[in-house]
Amino acid sequence: MTDAIVAEGLGKRFDEVTALDGLDMVVPEGTITGLLGPNGAGKSTTVRLLTTLMTPDSGRAEVAGLDVVTRAAEVRRVISLSGQHTAVDGNLTGFENLEMLGELLHLGRRRARTRADELLARFDLVEVAGRRVKDYSGGTRRRLDLAASLIRTPAVLFLDEPTTGLDTRSRMGLWDTITELVAGGTTLLLTTQYLEEADRLADQVVVVDGGRVVARGTPHELKREVAGERLEITVAPGADAAAARAALAGVGTGAVVVDDLGRHFSVPVDDGVDALLAGAHALRAAGVPVVDAAVRTPTLDDVFLALTDKDQEYSG
Amino acid sequence: MSTLGVAFHEGAVVAKRNLRMILRVPELLVNAAVAPIMMTLLFGFVIGGAIELDGVSYREFLMDGIFVQAVLFSAVNTGTVIASDITTGIVDRLRSMPISRSAVLMGRTSSDVVNNLVVVVVTAVLGLVIGWRVRTSFLDALLGFVVLLVFAYALSWLMAVVGLAMRVPEVVSSTGFTIAIPLGFLSNAYVPIDTMPGVLQAVAAWNPISAVVQALRDLFGNMPANAVRPDAWPMQHPVAASLLWIVVLLAVFIPLATRQYWKAVSR
Ligand SMILES: Nc1ncnc2c1ncn2[C@@H]1O[C@H](COP(=O)(O)OP(=O)(O)O)[C@@H](O)[C@H]1O
Ligand SMILES: [Mg+2]
Repeated sequence: MTDAIVAEGLGKRFDEVTALDGLDMVVPEGTITGLLGPNGAGKSTTVRLLTTLMTPDSGRAEVAGLDVVTRAAEVRRVISLSGQHTAVDGNLTGFENLEMLGELLHLGRRRARTRADELLARFDLVEVAGRRVKDYSGGTRRRLDLAASLIRTPAVLFLDEPTTGLDTRSRMGLWDTITELVAGGTTLLLTTQYLEEADRLADQVVVVDGGRVVARGTPHELKREVAGERLEITVAPGADAAAARAALAGVGTGAVVVDDLGRHFSVPVDDGVDALLAGAHALRAAGVPVVDAAVRTPTLDDVFLALTDKDQEYSG
Repeated sequence: MSTLGVAFHEGAVVAKRNLRMILRVPELLVNAAVAPIMMTLLFGFVIGGAIELDGVSYREFLMDGIFVQAVLFSAVNTGTVIASDITTGIVDRLRSMPISRSAVLMGRTSSDVVNNLVVVVVTAVLGLVIGWRVRTSFLDALLGFVVLLVFAYALSWLMAVVGLAMRVPEVVSSTGFTIAIPLGFLSNAYVPIDTMPGVLQAVAAWNPISAVVQALRDLFGNMPANAVRPDAWPMQHPVAASLLWIVVLLAVFIPLATRQYWKAVSR
């Protein structure tokens, strides 16, 4: 498998701000990579360097095997960008926006129009096609923006925070759209602040903070790496907390954490399902009535906080 | 298609979009047309009463100044629209596409010619109503309007540079007017240069606005033939000076704007 994106030591400064501080990244062809990070992490700067909108101060990058600085014009032929701002013209209709971009890409007027119609149908925009974009809702506008980036089928598609600012329903709708879209084999680099989004869509997650990569891997690997599974037990009111603690200490791989009421217990475990069964047995043997038992897999949120917030107390 | 053909096609597509915008956001054009009307009323009727000229009515003298001031104000639009295309990310998208280097700016400035044309027509009609007349031949008048519109086109490139440098529409607009107002007033547009103090006379005589205003006065016949004019070369040869200024503005600001365009990104 070849790599669609290779970035080595990318650096970019804006006056006093170091936006990127030696970012390395590899995106294999045909995969979805989620670039995950908080506001100001350097996600958009990465996308702008890779899409030839800016040049790096240091380091280098290739997209589809083409250097983004020395062969920028060729890179533009094989990529598409749907940027952080929905870059569609509010004064034109949805159809006119797509038609204009098709003509700019030299499809010819007739072909540009059929392509616009195809995309409007595919992105469920037929009803609003004749309306001016400034009257669109955020989700609709974003779908049009996505459609606009697919007038040609790009080898590498860049989506910069495609769902930021959308309500839950539009966000989930867009996830489906994106999933379908890459089923065709397009390589996708997607930036997001939402862990759930990276978890849902990405084959590979690259966590950035302060312009550097702080972790990478599959969503599964990241969760495992940062925080293992925990067995969470709730016992009946008035149950023997000391007995419960002792029973759980036997199945866990670390310290048992108990809440103030002595009813909720949490312990790190290795194999969640086995531990759940073993824990239930041990508690029954100790005569502790259990009202709730669950294995909790860490969310990417846990990963994210652990990685990007190391020095800060998190209360939430 | 040749490279030039490609660029022309792309420029035309962008221009078409901008022309649609003129129809859909008529406020932009209305504002551009209101400015010369305001200036005409202000100077022609409020201030002009105190200005006496030999051999020509002040309002007639004034209108040629208003023509140039009007296209100067109208050019600010070029900058604000470019800035708004940057902020909305439209420039990001266009720049990430395989489009020829200058197509977008060419399309923008060409479509602004239509804006300028409307502004000039509005100003001319207003002038005719208050007594301004073309007193020369049809060809001289035609040349006058051509010089005015080509100068306006060059100003669009100047304001494009402002738009690309400032990138925030409101800032571009205020910067644009900060340039346009003194440029207009430090010229012969509103008062004869010889009424100014010495240093300002030199500035005004070499101000490109003065060259074009003087060219219009000569080509439209709005100055008495025996009127004394400053010795400065541009005032003695205003048409040649105007053409020269146009060439200089285009030669400086087209490459500058094109270079800046390739660095322009949204935040
Ligand atoms: N054009 C710019 N000029 C100045 N600073 C910038 C510019 N673009 C980004 N930055 C700064 O660089 C840092 C990274 O920004 P960005 O890449 O946009 O982060 P993200 O997309 O992850 O939110 C931020 O501190 C931001 O303020
Ligand atoms: Mg961003």
